[in-house]
Amino acid sequence: MTSTFSWLAQADGGLPLQAFLAIAASLFCIGVWGLINSRNAVRVLMSIELMLNAVNINLMAFSSYVDGQLIRGQVFAIFVITVAAAEAAVGLAILLSLYRNRETVDMERFNLLRW
Amino acid sequence: MTIASLTQLICFVVLAATVVLGGLGVVLLPNIVYSAFLLGGVFLAVAGLYLLLNASFVAAAQVLVYVGAVNVLILFAIMLVNKREDLSAIPSLGLRRFLSASVCAGLLLLLLRVAFTTAWPLPGPEPVGEEATIRIGEHFFSDYLLPFEVASVLLLMAMIGAIVLARRDVFSTDVITGEPADQGLLEKGRSPLLIETPSTTQAPSGR
Repeated sequence: MTSTFSWLAQADGGLPLQAFLAIAASLFCIGVWGLINSRNAVRVLMSIELMLNAVNINLMAFSSYVDGQLIRGQVFAIFVITVAAAEAAVGLAILLSLYRNRETVDMERFNLLRW
Repeated sequence: MTIASLTQLICFVVLAATVVLGGLGVVLLPNIVYSAFLLGGVFLAVAGLYLLLNASFVAAAQVLVYVGAVNVLILFAIMLVNKREDLSAIPSLGLRRFLSASVCAGLLLLLLRVAFTTAWPLPGPEPVGEEATIRIGEHFFSDYLLPFEVASVLLLMAMIGAIVLARRDVFSTDVITGEPADQGLLEKGRSPLLIETPSTTQAPSGR
């Protein structure tokens, strides 16, 4: 175990910044793929939440490693969490009203404004 | 390697695996209820990553807001719109998935390259550690006061907007005639505006 993951640790034993950035990048790309390919509208909203979380991981990592005294990244992350909560509430309400009108959650059939 | 850093490393590896595998599960699993519960797991693992970064307040906010509110909201939405429907087949779906996957893989490579080749100004200042909550409070009531207040207004607007969008009852009647007033866009019972075949989806009247 130690030898397998020892390349992850820095010389002083702490985790490097790049490890967090790599996790955030992976999560963001998974979110983008899900956003493009999901056919269920609820899953699209879940993918957006994944992407917001990835950005939050980045903000927190930079706040801890680069901006250790002022931690502005943590403040930004809290604002992102707030906006994400509002976005989820409004998005799901829109989805509900859309479902009432069209009787489906298939993204391919939400094409009223598509040329 | 000390025992503390080894523990940190093991925690990080477990949390990172949970985040990535859980994210893949959220996107790929066919059953959306499993996806929603896995999403809760991903949120908890991200909160664990925040704890590794000495940010206990944000980790608590993450658990409260994401796991406690957003995830529950998503589960409720799934319960409300969960209709078994056979999705019509799309031509060249496989090609589409492959193309978008390659674009996402390219984006991932780009982001990883940026992360590993940029000369970050490390090591930065000494992290504040446990004092982070105090610092966040100071920020909120001094230099980030305006965004803080704007965020409260935004939450209020989102709350009212969500209620107005999701409601289905008529809440105002015409004073003179006693009929429902101006709720046609929200009200399915009157006229399903966007439905292609109105005859099959008429709601029961008398609502």
